[in-house]
This record gives sequence, structure tokens and C-alpha cells, in this order.
Amino acid sequence: MSETAFYTKDLSVFYGEKQAIKKISMDFAAREVIALIGPSGCGKSTFLRSLNRMNDLIAGVRIEGEIWIGGRNINHPGTDVVRLRQNIGMVWQRANPFHKSIYENIVFGPRYHGIRDKRKLDEIVERCLRKTALWDEVKDRLNGSALALSGGQQQRLCIARSLAVQPSILLMDEPASALDPVSTAKIEELIAELKKEYCIVIVTHNMYQAARVSDRTGFFLMGDLVEYDNTQKIFTNPSNRSTDDYISGRFG
Amino acid sequence: MNHPVQSDKPEGDRLSRFPKHIREEWFGRVYVYACVALLIVTIFSIVWFIASRGLNPFISGGLNLSDLLFGRQWNPEGEPPLFGALPFLAGSTATSFIAAAIAAPFGFCAAVFMTQIAPKAGRSILQPAIELLAGIPSVVYGFVGLTVIVPFLRNNFTGQGFGILAGSLVLSIMILPTVTSISTDALGTLPAGLKEGSFALGATRWQTIYRLILPTTLPSLLTGIVLGISRAFGEALAVQMVIGNAPIIPKSLFESAATLTSIITLEMGNTVGGSLHNNVLWSLALILLIMTFLFVFIVRVLERRAKR
Ligand SMILES: Nc1ncnc2c1ncn2[C@@H]1O[C@H](COP(=O)(O)OP(=O)(O)OP(=O)(O)O)[C@@H](O)[C@H]1O
Ligand SMILES: [Mg+2]
Repeated sequence: MSETAFYTKDLSVFYGEKQAIKKISMDFAAREVIALIGPSGCGKSTFLRSLNRMNDLIAGVRIEGEIWIGGRNINHPGTDVVRLRQNIGMVWQRANPFHKSIYENIVFGPRYHGIRDKRKLDEIVERCLRKTALWDEVKDRLNGSALALSGGQQQRLCIARSLAVQPSILLMDEPASALDPVSTAKIEELIAELKKEYCIVIVTHNMYQAARVSDRTGFFLMGDLVEYDNTQKIFTNPSNRSTDDYISGRFG
Repeated sequence: MNHPVQSDKPEGDRLSRFPKHIREEWFGRVYVYACVALLIVTIFSIVWFIASRGLNPFISGGLNLSDLLFGRQWNPEGEPPLFGALPFLAGSTATSFIAAAIAAPFGFCAAVFMTQIAPKAGRSILQPAIELLAGIPSVVYGFVGLTVIVPFLRNNFTGQGFGILAGSLVLSIMILPTVTSISTDALGTLPAGLKEGSFALGATRWQTIYRLILPTTLPSLLTGIVLGISRAFGEALAVQMVIGNAPIIPKSLFESAATLTSIITLEMGNTVGGSLHNNVLWSLALILLIMTFLFVFIVRVLERRAKR
């Protein structure tokens, strides 16, 4: 396994009084895909959102514990969340392209971070669209509306958009669960490709998908990280009884 | 002679060719269609009435259209009487556009505050306060304008305080609720996830607001402004109280002027029905009506743009 990209230590998230995740300690390596699985409401999205501090946007959230990235614990008020989120891209279940052209969607982030040069922006657009295998499909209509793309294309555009600010970590919350099988396959290919450069944490309800794309898998249950191990081991020979029950479809 | 009254209702109902549900169906249908028909008749007769009166001066040859639209002299009692409405067109346009220019930024900010920054405080304090503004009668606005704004302008700037600026300020407060509520609706119906998408790219809240949220909702925001202008264009009483009512094109914002609506309310009582003067006032009303249609049309176009 390669070097650690980041890790959490005793990370807990509370929504008001309710504790959504309980003292999660997990490590994530660079150039690795980690799948998070578990029944609905077990705290996967909550965990993912706390990694780039998106939980800050929800009123009444309290986050305890540590998140170490690049030798720094980012879970304290002094953290520069702008920098942090630049380093950690995020993609949601529902593609959320901005109501702008394809081109503008991609340069949106770089513009925030002060890149004005048109040539540089053009380069970024082409690079990101190539990486997400969209370039050939949309290169003739970069100035067309992003909303005119298909659902799968929109999702890949959102991935391209998050790549444009040059993150090293990508968080994906059920990125393919609203897509058809062909688009899903494309997203999975894309993940395999992006793995060469990024650390990818993906939440999925699709066991086959987790088995196909990930190197390691974490099983969440009611806010606990029950088991975290190599994907192969989790799916063939889990150590925990409830993991076995879950992946073999006996509950959840 | 006391026969017990026999209820034959169930019997009758069963035998009737029109059972209860069919009768109700027909009743509802007839009622709704009658209301709609009445409404359409009313609208058309109002339009027809205004148009027939308003077109009369041109048909009877008492006045031609370009004299009305481009004439700068308004002197109905003169010899010959002059009916140049350009000063009123200018006054109405200037007051309502300046009012919108003043109200728009405040309306946007209030909407942004209520939807993006402090939804709780916004909804419990700011929104009711702004809705209250919508409920205040226009004569009260005029009165406040007359006792506060006019003296303020008189003491701090040139002139008597009456004029376009006084009118615009009063109107801007009156149209603030319109602009605010439409902007608030627009910002409230933003697709979920857009903001998160922007934040996740490292944008700050303010960058998100003016780089993403405002451009995305722009057509709806413009709808709010156009509706505000349209309301300002049609307001009569409050403007009349503070604008000075001089039928001239003012050289500055601090000189007395007049609007289409203010001149109608001011003069209609002094004219005899059927006289040229009276009919020309109807022509002004017709212009107002046409402007309203125009605003409605613009709003429709904007709404279609917003849906895309
Ligand atoms: N904004 C919120 N406010 C209060 N409670 C929340 C909020 N978001 C999530 N929760 C609660 O936290 C728990 C974990 O939710 P979370 O969305 O992380 O689950 P999940 O594992 O992602 O589920 P799913 O697979 O359905 O997406 C749930 O019990 C949920 O009700
Ligand atoms: Mg979730």
C-alpha cells in the first residue's frame, strides 16, 4: 500500500443531540479507492461530508475528533476551508451542474482561485474533459448549456468540474445510483482511471460496484465502522457477522 | 286533516333521471363557467370602454396622436387647448424606473439575507416587516412622503422638495415588497445541490452568491423588477401628493413634475363627460393600459427564459 493520503481519528458527528457517527478512525491511501457501504441512515454521507467540512453548512452540527491531511488536523475552526475544499473534490448522487455552459461549469472553480488567463482556462477545460472521457462527446458544444447533457454526462461533467481545481482526494456519494447501466459502467471505468492520480472515497449501495472498483471497503452500521479491510476479504471472508449478513443480503 | 308527512325523497332520488352526483357535477360546471364568462365579459368591456373613450379624440379629429405623444404643452383650457402628454410620459417613466433602480438592490439584499444568510431571522422578522409594507394604503405613503421626504429634500437640496426624486423615493418603498417577494421565491426555488457544488469547489459564501446564485436566478429577479416598475407606473395617489403636479418636463429631479396617473386623478373631476378634455384623459388611461399589457408581456417572456 502506498503512502497515506489522510486519516481520521475518533471522528464523531452530532446532529443536535443525535450522534450520527461514532468515533470513526480510518486511513486512506493515495491512489486508492475506498468504498463505504452500509444500510441507509448508517452515517456514510455524514462521514463523507465531514471530510471536506461540508457539514459546517448544516445548522446545529457538532464534529469531534481529528482529520489529518498533509500533517495538519483540519477539524478545527482555524482551518482554511477554501484551501481544504480545493484539495478535496466532491460529487453527489444527483448531478448538480450549474445553469451555465459546459465550459463555464469547468472554469468555475479555477476562476474562484484566481486563474484569469484564457489559454490556461482552455487547457484546464480540455484536460478535465479528457480525463472524464467527455471531450469527444462535447468538444463541439462547449458553449452549450450543461443542462442539455444526459444524466450520465452531467455526472461526468461534475466530476470534471471538481478535477479542475486540482484536488488530490475525491469524495463520491453514490455517484452512479441515479444512472443507467451504461453510464454507470462509464463512471466505474472513470474511477479506475482516476485512481492512478487520486485517492477516491466512494459511497455505494451497489455491492457489485464496491467489489469492482474499490481496493478497500469500510462497512458502516448505525454510526459505527464495523469492519474496514481489503475489499476482497470483506466480500469473501468478512470477520464480522453483521458484515457477512449485510453483503449477502440478509438485511439492510 | 293531519296527514302524516311521508318522505318520498329516497324514492324520488332513485327514480330521478338525474341522480345526486350528476346534479352536483352540473351545478359545479355551470357555476364555474358562469363565473369565467362573467369575468371575461367584464375584462373586455373595461378594455372596450377605455379604448372607445380614449380613441375618441383621434377619431373625432379633435387631436392627433403625435400631438398627444410628443407635445410638450398641456393646457386644456387654452385657446386653442393643448394636449401634449410628453411631460406625463416622461414623469411616469422617470419615477417608476428610478424607483425600481432604488428598490432593486434593497430587494435583492433582503431576499439574499432571508434565503441564504439568516433564514430564521429573515422569515420571522424581515419577511413580515416587508409584507406589512405591502399592506399600507398608498395615501399613507403619500402622507409620509409629504411630511418627511419633501421637507428633507427641500432643506438639503435645491427646489421645493416636490418632484421626480420625491415621487421615486415614495414609490421605491411601495414596490419593495414586490421586488423582495419575487426575488425570495426565485432564490428559494434554486435546485438543491447547486450551492453545495459551489462550496465544494472552495468558493466562499459571497462568491457563491454573486457568481452563481444571482446569475442563475437573474431572469426571475428581472421579473420582480418589471412587476415593480409596472406597479410604480400605475400608482397615482401617493405620487400625486409629492411630485408637485406641474405639467412640464423638469430639468432636474428636484423640480415639480407630473405623471400620467397623477394628472388623471387631478383633472378628471373638473371635466365634463364627453368633452374633448375628458376624452383625452381617457386617452391617457388607454396609454396606461397599453403599458400594463407591455409589462405583462415582458414578464411572460422573462418567465419563459427563467424556466429554461
Ligand atoms: N441534516 C441533518 N440533520 C439531522 N440529522 C441528519 C442530517 N443528515 C443526516 N442526519 C441523520 O444522520 C444519520 C446518518 O445519515 P446519513 O445521511 O449520513 O446516512 P447514509 O448512510 O448516507 O444513508 P443513505 O445510504 O440513505 O444515504 C441518519 O439517521 C440521518 O437521519
Ligand atoms: Mg447518503
